[in-house]
Amino acid sequence: MNNQMPSTDDRPVMIDVNDVTLAFGPRVIQHDVSFQVRRGSIFAVMGGSGCGKSTLLKSMIGLLRPTHGTYMVQKDNYWSGDDESRVRIGRRFGVLFQSGALWSSMTVGENVALPMQMFTKLEPHVIRQLVELKLGLVGMLHAIDQYPSELSGGMRKRAGLARAMSLDPDILFFDEPSAGLDPITSARLDELILNLRDGLGATIIIVSHELSSLFHIADDGIFLDADQKTAIAHGSPTWLRDHCTDPTVHAFMHREQLDSSSSHGNG
Amino acid sequence: MPPRNRVGEVAALRLERLVKTSVNGAPQWHLQPEANRTLVTLSGDWIAQQGHLPDFPESGFRDVPHGEPVEFSTDQLGKWDTSLISFLWELKRTAREDNVQLRIDTLPESARKLLDLLPEIPPTPAPPPPHKFQPVTAVGQLTLDTLNEVGCVSEMGAAAAKGGFAALVGRGMMRTVDLMSDLSAAGPAALLIVGVVNFLVGAILAFVGSVELHKFAADIYVASLVAIAMVREMSAVMTAIIMAGRTGGAYAARISTMQANEEIDALQVFGIPVSSYLILPSVLALAFTMPLLYLYGCLIGMLGGFFVSYIMLDVSPLGYFHETLQALPLDQFTFGFIKSFVFGTFIGLTSCRIGLKAGRSAADVGIAATKAVVVGIVGVIALDAVFAVIANVIGI
Repeated sequence: MNNQMPSTDDRPVMIDVNDVTLAFGPRVIQHDVSFQVRRGSIFAVMGGSGCGKSTLLKSMIGLLRPTHGTYMVQKDNYWSGDDESRVRIGRRFGVLFQSGALWSSMTVGENVALPMQMFTKLEPHVIRQLVELKLGLVGMLHAIDQYPSELSGGMRKRAGLARAMSLDPDILFFDEPSAGLDPITSARLDELILNLRDGLGATIIIVSHELSSLFHIADDGIFLDADQKTAIAHGSPTWLRDHCTDPTVHAFMHREQLDSSSSHGNG
Repeated sequence: MPPRNRVGEVAALRLERLVKTSVNGAPQWHLQPEANRTLVTLSGDWIAQQGHLPDFPESGFRDVPHGEPVEFSTDQLGKWDTSLISFLWELKRTAREDNVQLRIDTLPESARKLLDLLPEIPPTPAPPPPHKFQPVTAVGQLTLDTLNEVGCVSEMGAAAAKGGFAALVGRGMMRTVDLMSDLSAAGPAALLIVGVVNFLVGAILAFVGSVELHKFAADIYVASLVAIAMVREMSAVMTAIIMAGRTGGAYAARISTMQANEEIDALQVFGIPVSSYLILPSVLALAFTMPLLYLYGCLIGMLGGFFVSYIMLDVSPLGYFHETLQALPLDQFTFGFIKSFVFGTFIGLTSCRIGLKAGRSAADVGIAATKAVVVGIVGVIALDAVFAVIANVIGI
């Protein structure tokens, strides 16, 4: 079966995920998942609802310990060290949560400034300047003094993106960046993600099932299946659409109904 | 652009930056006039977290001859992140103000792309609205707001009462499950804390009373002091204060969280009346359990008083019991009973109202809970003062 994109990518490996098993108690979510994310790539984690995409993301950003397997971030083993080393590696991460997850008691500007105030020794006026810059990049400069509750969903997401970039991370994680956004805002966000990757040279990992956006931005990826509870295909979304012969992946990529005789729906 | 082509392009950009990482040192810039152009040389590592970031002064382009372009030299530029973009943005703004022609295309492509995303002119922050203190307006506004709140709470109380009657005749929108869970949270679960506090209050009253009464050899009257104080005032007020902090705060937090999650909106869309579905069980639970907790509090308080008297004073158990019964006509209980019913209803209604009125963020939930507790406690004591006046007038 053709479910592995032939790789010609020679960029250095940024994140190496090896034989990872994720479980809540006895309930296994995903097992034996392995993949490599290369530096500067936009890596898509795909799959139907409830297949464990977000759980995989959670384990990559340190919120859930995998029951088996390793995550290497360049030369560092992410989960083998103590909390301190994990936090140190995690300082290189920026995470955009599904609904922004902005701290509601602070203004947008304060949200972006907080990590800088906590982890750098920059002077207040420099921080202010960098906050303006980051909000400017996502087109949210006008909302710098507004509270999250005054913003729309799309604005919250963009503000969340500015906060994720607060410490200039070289690895960015996006959880469903375009879910719940209108097509224009969503396209703008895609363009922004591409520009950030090109401009800052960040490695980006996206969890999403928004096909049009994935085809546009992602250049590598993995497909998780809810029934087999493991990764069933590797490759960029466009490659999976055009070449993958697995029926589930094919149906997903072409927005078709799955033939019920071959597999059950993945809820 | 198809994604395939992008990979090559990005790899080239990456290479461009990797090659330059060998240069090290603090971020620096200098301006150098040359023939027909001015050159801005950027050098060193521009990493925000390493600090020492230079600013571009407002007068930076003063010496640039009119009409001559400003170009960039980035040969000595090391690693950089958004701090460089921040510097360039500032430089670009200054150039715009001084009408200097900036050759952006001499910058690395990746930096140019980010610079293009930024707005040309930074928005000037709106000045905060003038905040003058106007006492008359403030007092008027406060009065109107308070009256408005009283109206809202009364309206809500009326709606809840209507829902209560509807429930009595079997056409209500209240679920028994909700009422039962609220009753159990407001009643049995509060027994311990209400008991501990009232026991101690009774004990303290006995302590204080015994010192003075002992001088007159009137030790036995500690019993009547504790009994009257507990039954008339202390048990009802202490229990209400505990319940305002415990249950009132919980109601406000619960309802404001539901507000934040749009759950209240969902109820309204279905046409489920918030007053009888949400508020009625909460208010009923408090109004029903409070008088019972009051009786329980009286009993425990007198027990506390007895405990102290028995140990410290020369009072026999039977004498204490007899004196307590002597001091307490039944109408004292009726009075306290009515009071605690009113307190319960008041705490239930105000805390639900505060929860409903709260904003939609996590911080607002905290504010609502605090406010419910404060309003509950202050309101209970104010109501108690009103009751004291009424009792005085009708001579109980």
